[in-house]
Amino acid sequence: MSAILEVRDIDKHFDISGSIIDQIKFSGGKFNRKQTLVKAVNNVTLEVQPGETLSVVGESGCGKSTLARTVMGLYRPNKGEIHYKGARIDNLSSHQMRPYRTKMQMVFQDPYASLNPRMTVKQILEEPVRFHNPDLTRAEIQDKVAEVMLQVGVDPVWATNYPHEFSGGQRQRISIARALVVDPEFIAADEPIAALDVSIQAQILNLLMDAQDQRGLTYLFISHDLSVVEHISSRVVVMYLGCICELAPAKELFSNPKHPYTQALLSAIPKIGGSAGGHVKLSGDVPTPINLPTGCVFHGRCPHANERCIREIPKQEILANDVSVACHAVEEGRL
Amino acid sequence: MEPLIDIKNLCVDFELRSGTVRAVRDVSLTINKGERLGIVGESGAGKSVLGFSLINLISKPGKITGGEIIFNKQDIAKFKYDQMRKIRGNDISMIFQDPMMTLNPVLTIGTQMKETILAHMDVTDKEAEAICLDKLQKVYIPSPEKRLKQYPHEFSGGMRQRIVIAISLLTSPQLIIADEPTTALDVTIQAEIMDLLLELCKTENMGLILITHDLAVVSEVTQRIAVLYAGKIAELGDTEQIISNPQHPYTQGLLQALPQMADGEQRLNQIPGMMPSLLNMPMGCPFEPRCSESMEKCKTKIPTLTTLDNGTQVACFAREGGK
Repeated sequence: MSAILEVRDIDKHFDISGSIIDQIKFSGGKFNRKQTLVKAVNNVTLEVQPGETLSVVGESGCGKSTLARTVMGLYRPNKGEIHYKGARIDNLSSHQMRPYRTKMQMVFQDPYASLNPRMTVKQILEEPVRFHNPDLTRAEIQDKVAEVMLQVGVDPVWATNYPHEFSGGQRQRISIARALVVDPEFIAADEPIAALDVSIQAQILNLLMDAQDQRGLTYLFISHDLSVVEHISSRVVVMYLGCICELAPAKELFSNPKHPYTQALLSAIPKIGGSAGGHVKLSGDVPTPINLPTGCVFHGRCPHANERCIREIPKQEILANDVSVACHAVEEGRL
Repeated sequence: MEPLIDIKNLCVDFELRSGTVRAVRDVSLTINKGERLGIVGESGAGKSVLGFSLINLISKPGKITGGEIIFNKQDIAKFKYDQMRKIRGNDISMIFQDPMMTLNPVLTIGTQMKETILAHMDVTDKEAEAICLDKLQKVYIPSPEKRLKQYPHEFSGGMRQRIVIAISLLTSPQLIIADEPTTALDVTIQAEIMDLLLELCKTENMGLILITHDLAVVSEVTQRIAVLYAGKIAELGDTEQIISNPQHPYTQGLLQALPQMADGEQRLNQIPGMMPSLLNMPMGCPFEPRCSESMEKCKTKIPTLTTLDNGTQVACFAREGGK
C-alpha cells in the first residue's frame, strides 16, 4: 500500500524579528543583523496511509496546527518535501496547487471564525464547487450542495440563512460540508471539536466517522483531547516542541506508551471514576521554541535523561508492532 | 456534617430587551464543611451564573430574584455591597478560568497578593509578605521571594494559575469556588493543578465548588456532583453513584457521549438536538425535547427533585414511579 501523503524531514520556522531595523543590534563594536526564529516544526517525517485516521496530539505550542497547515500548503516549509500520491506539492505555485485543493481539504477549529458571516450557507457551500468545476450548471451545483447538506445533517431549507443563525454544532457541520462538497480524498481537521460541548462533540465525531466510511476519506486529525484521539484514530503521532516523540498504532500507543513524554501525557488524562493524584509529574515547563534545547528536546523535563540526551538528538527507531520512538533511553534499553 | 452554605430555591434572572432569561431556576443545594462539590453542565446551563451568584458577582442586567443563600446563619443573598465585600475573597474566594485575565499585568505578584491581605486583615506589610511567601510555598512556587517581585507575564500558564490559587488561599477561606480552573490549560498542567487543589482542600479542610464541563475531572476530584441542565438541577448525588449509576436521562446521555465510555464501539452515543434557548423554554421538563424516555406528562409538568433509594436526587418523572 502506497502512502497517500508523505512528509519528509520538514522544518517550519517563523521569523518574528520584525523589520530589518528591528533586526539590527549593536554589539561587540559592530552592527549585527540577528533574526529571531520560532522553530515550530522540526524534522518531521511521516506517512499517511489511504483510509486511515492519523492523529497528531501534543500540548499547545507543540506545532501540531503548523504541521497541518504546512501539509495543506497554507505555509511553505523551510526545509523538506511533501508528496501527495507520489507527486511533490510543497513547491507548487498556487495555480499549480489548484487540482490538489479539491483532493485535500481542511476543517478548522472555530466554526465561528471560519465561516464568512456575510455569506449565506448556500453561498459558502456553492463557492468551492463553482470555483473547482466551472463547467457545472447552476442546477447541478445546487443538487450537489443539497446532497452534502443532507449528509452532514443540516436541512437544505436553511441554505439561505447566515452562519450566526446556527448553533456551534450546526456551524461545525457546515464547515465539514464545505470541505466535503468538492469530494476530497484527504481532510486535515484541526481541532474540529475543541469549541463544542460534550453532547455535541459526540454528534460531530460520529459525523466525521460516517463520512469516512461512506467516502473512504483519509484524515489527519489534530487534537489535544486524548480520549477522543484514542477513539477515532488508527495511528497516533505525539509531538513535543515541534518534534515527533512517538508514532504508533492507537491501540499500541494507549496500552503501551514507550516515550517518557507519551507516558506523562497519557497519565495526565482525567479518567471517569478514577482518582486524582496518580499522575506522572513533569518537572519544569515547556521550553520556548525560539531557543530549542540541544539534543533531545524533552531532556530538561525527562526523568530518564542522561548526558547523551543533552548532547545528541535522538533518531526515530522502529520497534516491534510498527511503533516508532525517538528516545535514547528506549533505544539503549534503559526504559 | 455541618452545612457550610445552604442554597434554598435560588433564582437568577437577566432582564434583556428580548425578555427575561431565568439562568438559574429554583436551585436548592447544601455544601458541608470541607466538602468538594462539582457542578457540571454544558455551556449555557447556568453553572457559572450559579457560582457567581453565591458571592453576588452577578452584574447587571442579572439579579438574584428569589431564594436564600445561608452562610454563617446569615442570608448573604440579601447583603448590601459593603457587607458582601467582607465575605468575598475572605470567607469565600473564587478562582476563574483564565489566569492571564484574572491577574493584573502591570502589577507585580507581590503587590497583588498583599492587596488582598491588607483589604481583609489587620496586619503590617512585613506580616503580609510572610503570609504571601507561606501560601506561595503551599502551591509549590520555587524561590517565592524572587517571584514576588515579578510580573504575571514572567510566569507560564500553569504557574499563573497556581498564583491565582495562592491568592485565593491568602485569607484561609472556608470555601473556594473554582470556575473552569483548568479549561485554558494543557492536559499535563491540568493534572498538576487539580492534584494541587485536591491536596489543599484536604490539608486546609476547605470546601470546594468545582464548576466544569469535564465529567472526568469532576469524577476524580469531587465527592458530590450536581448536574445542571437549562438552569435546573437534573441530578444531585454522590460522585461514585452518579458516575457508575446515573439516573437522569441527560446524565446518562452525557456519560455515554464520552469516547472513554464507548467500550470499543465505533459510534458514540449522541444526545440528539441541543439545549433549548433560555428565552424560549419548553413548558414541561427542559430536557423533554431531547429525551428518549419522554412521556405525555413531561410535556406539560416540570419535574421536581425526588430522592431515590441510593440517595441520589433526580428530577425526572420516568424515575419517580420506579424508585
